[in-house]
Amino acid sequence: MARGVSWTAEGRRMTRGAKLARLVLLAISFGFLGLLLLAPLGAVLAQALAKGVGAWLESFSDPDTIASIKLTLLTAAIVVPANTLFGIAAAWAIARFEFRGKSLLVTLIDLPFAVSPVIAGLVLVFLFGVQGWFGEWLQERNLPIIFAVPGIVLATIFISFPYVARELIPLMQQQGSDEEVAALSLGAGPWLTFLRITLPKIRWGLLYGVILCNARVMGEFGAVSVVSGHIRGVTNTMPLQVEILYNEYNFVAAFAVASLLALLAILTLVAKTLVEWRSGIGGH
Amino acid sequence: MAGGWFRRSPSPLPGFGLTFGFTTFFLSTVILLPLAALVIRAAGIAPSELLALLLDERAVASYRLSFGAAALAAAINAVFGFIVAWSLVRYDFPGRRLLDTMIDLPFALPTAVSGIALATVFSPTGWLGQKLALAGVQVAYTWLGVVVALVLIGLPFVVRSVQPALIEVRRELEDAAESLGAGGFHVFRRIILPTVLPALATGFTLAFARGIGEYGSVVFISGNLPFETEITPLLIVIKLEQYDYDGAAALGFFMLAMSFVMLFAINLVQGWGQRRLGLGAH
Repeated sequence: MARGVSWTAEGRRMTRGAKLARLVLLAISFGFLGLLLLAPLGAVLAQALAKGVGAWLESFSDPDTIASIKLTLLTAAIVVPANTLFGIAAAWAIARFEFRGKSLLVTLIDLPFAVSPVIAGLVLVFLFGVQGWFGEWLQERNLPIIFAVPGIVLATIFISFPYVARELIPLMQQQGSDEEVAALSLGAGPWLTFLRITLPKIRWGLLYGVILCNARVMGEFGAVSVVSGHIRGVTNTMPLQVEILYNEYNFVAAFAVASLLALLAILTLVAKTLVEWRSGIGGH
Repeated sequence: MAGGWFRRSPSPLPGFGLTFGFTTFFLSTVILLPLAALVIRAAGIAPSELLALLLDERAVASYRLSFGAAALAAAINAVFGFIVAWSLVRYDFPGRRLLDTMIDLPFALPTAVSGIALATVFSPTGWLGQKLALAGVQVAYTWLGVVVALVLIGLPFVVRSVQPALIEVRRELEDAAESLGAGGFHVFRRIILPTVLPALATGFTLAFARGIGEYGSVVFISGNLPFETEITPLLIVIKLEQYDYDGAAALGFFMLAMSFVMLFAINLVQGWGQRRLGLGAH
């Protein structure tokens, strides 16, 4: 990350050519980012408030929209803790022990980042769908996964799987385990050692991973779209509700829900930046 | 004993069996088993049939768009992302920190939100689309729209790869070259670019890999016309909706294979960069 170490041109003598280059390059940067990042963000706000604050607020009284917000929160409440627990376990095994196939394991953990979200949904259809491996068995027992909430949860676990692990593995490798060994040799039990020594050591990295994981979980569209079935008020998460409202030309309502998601994105960036400043962790 | 034959060295720490067991179990259940279901489903299709599905005219048109637009978008990001990274690392200006934070917006913003926002901005009646329409350019609902969406999605990959590499460029070398009379462009081409090139290549590959699989931000702006503005991930969704499970499995298998190719390419590029920089240090 550039923070703190970046070179400022101000301290150096600049030729006229260098000054001109600075002006041109900064103009290009601002223009490019303005067009690409600020214009869409502005469009979301403008469209959401196109008919006034009243209409914006009104959008959130739609029971289907309320249901979509609840489903998104429920999904995050299941997926984020599951992937956090996994991330801690994976980082403990990988950063603290040497074993065969470790680099393969690390590669496999990163795999969901390389796979298209649509594939994440598709594979679940072949596993749990009517035609899938467990499809018949599930149908006989009336346990729907595809076009139901469990499918949404599984698809979301798939795509947000690596976030926490990927943040913790390098951090714990770098920190080493001297303090843990000392605590254990002094008679502390394994759980006490973890809670009192390891957890405080990794707390910022853990929080960082959880923030990024949560943003991806709440905003996921492609994977969830494949397995959801788009049943109104039942299997629509917030991004899917945005899609449905948008396709119905109900722009104020679509952008109202989108503005909530945009707010989540901005809060994520703020929280992420605060954690970076507080802990000295860099972004990627 | 937990661990068994594959533990390479003893450790005084507890919990290997528990954490390793949970990690591999969870990984196998939620990632590997589903992926295996797709691979086995595709393997069950007769080879000639599989080939026919993969080489179907509509599928080939979708690859051309997905891979072409992803490559073009990654190239655009390599140029502009470099300029942005350069501005953030080399210059001090009001709002630099804010701009630096904003670079990650495409990571944080749900893809459906960027999708409908871009479609609104670039639609023929939109703020930017109106102006472009006067110049005779239509972005929304054409292949250009796909490129724009993928530029947005890929931007952070390039900037975040290049930033640390730019910090590493040795300023003494630049100063020395300048004092010997080298011009700005010459310094850039002979000193800066060689140092940053591996990072730029990594950023390009990451952005490209993300671009070929991207769905949410593209489908709203692309128009989704078969043969023309239909990306491969969308075609998979369409086949699934039409209960064409063989078709979906074949294309899904192809995209999964491409993901592995991209993972391999990223490792290759990173290895090349490390060797190159290691060599340059002597």
